[in-house]
Amino acid sequence: MTREELLKSLMELDFMAVDIGLFLNTHPNDSVMIEEYNKIITAAQILREKFENMYGPLCSFRSYAQKGWEWIDNPWPWQKEANFDL
Amino acid sequence: MWIYEKKLEFPVNIKKPDARLAKIMIEQYGGADGELGAAIRYLSQKFTMVTPQAKATLNDIGTEELAHLEMMGTIVKQLTQGLTDKQIKEAGLDPYYVAHGLGIYPSSAAGVPFSAGALQSKGDPVTDLYENMAAEQKARSTYEYLMDLTDDPDVLTPLKFLREREVVHFQRFGEALGIVRDHLNENRTAFISKPDFMKKR
Repeated sequence: MTREELLKSLMELDFMAVDIGLFLNTHPNDSVMIEEYNKIITAAQILREKFENMYGPLCSFRSYAQKGWEWIDNPWPWQKEANFDL
Repeated sequence: MWIYEKKLEFPVNIKKPDARLAKIMIEQYGGADGELGAAIRYLSQKFTMVTPQAKATLNDIGTEELAHLEMMGTIVKQLTQGLTDKQIKEAGLDPYYVAHGLGIYPSSAAGVPFSAGALQSKGDPVTDLYENMAAEQKARSTYEYLMDLTDDPDVLTPLKFLREREVVHFQRFGEALGIVRDHLNENRTAFISKPDFMKKR
C-alpha cells in the first residue's frame, strides 16, 4: 500500500471512531454501537502501526521513534504533499 | 491534556491558488462563527457542565473543532501558496497582506481580529447548550455562504465535510440538552427557570 492509500484508509477509520464516539456520548447504553466502535478501533490500530512502520510517527508522544527522530520530517498535514484527492 | 495527530481530519488538496477565496475563507478560521470560537466556547463551558454525557459532548466536540480549525488554516494556506503580488492586489487581499503577509491570522473576512466577545460561557448548563446549538447553525450557514461563492471542487469538498459536521454537532448538543433537562428535572417550556444549584448561592 502506498502512503496515500494507507493514510486514506486510516483517516476513514479514525473518522468513524470520532463520529461514533460522539454518538456514544449521548447514547452510552447502545451496545451494538459500542461493539462497532471497538471493531473500528481494532482495525485502526493495525493500520496505524503499519503506517508508522513505513512512513514515520503520527502522534506527538505515543509513537516509537524507529529510525531516528522522524517526527519533524515533512510533510506536515497542511502541506499539499501530505494530502490527496478523494 | 491533548495529543496531536500528524494528519488532518479530512484531506485538503487545493491545486489552484485563489486570493479572493482565501480572503473569505479566513472567516471560518477567526470569524465570529468560526472554528476557533467554537473550540474555545465548548472547551471553556465544559468546566461547569453537568451530567457525564454533556461533559463528554463538550469536551469531544471542542476537540474536534480544533481539527476543523486546522483544516480551515490549511485551506487558506493552500489558497495563498504561490500567489503573485498582482493577484493579491487585484483580489483585494492587500490589506491582509500588509498586516500578516501570507501568515494565517485569526480574523474575520472583513479583517476584524478574533474576539471571545463572539462567544459565551454562562455557567448555566441549559443556557450554554442552547448557545451551542445556535453556534452550530450559524457555522452551518457560514459554510453554505462560502460554498455559494466558490466552484472549485478542491475547496468545496472539505467545506461540504465541515458543513456536515455542524449538522451532526447540532444533533448531539440537542441530545445533550434533553439529558441535562431530565437531570435538572426541568420541564421543556420556553421559559427557563433557574436550576436549583444556582439558587443556593
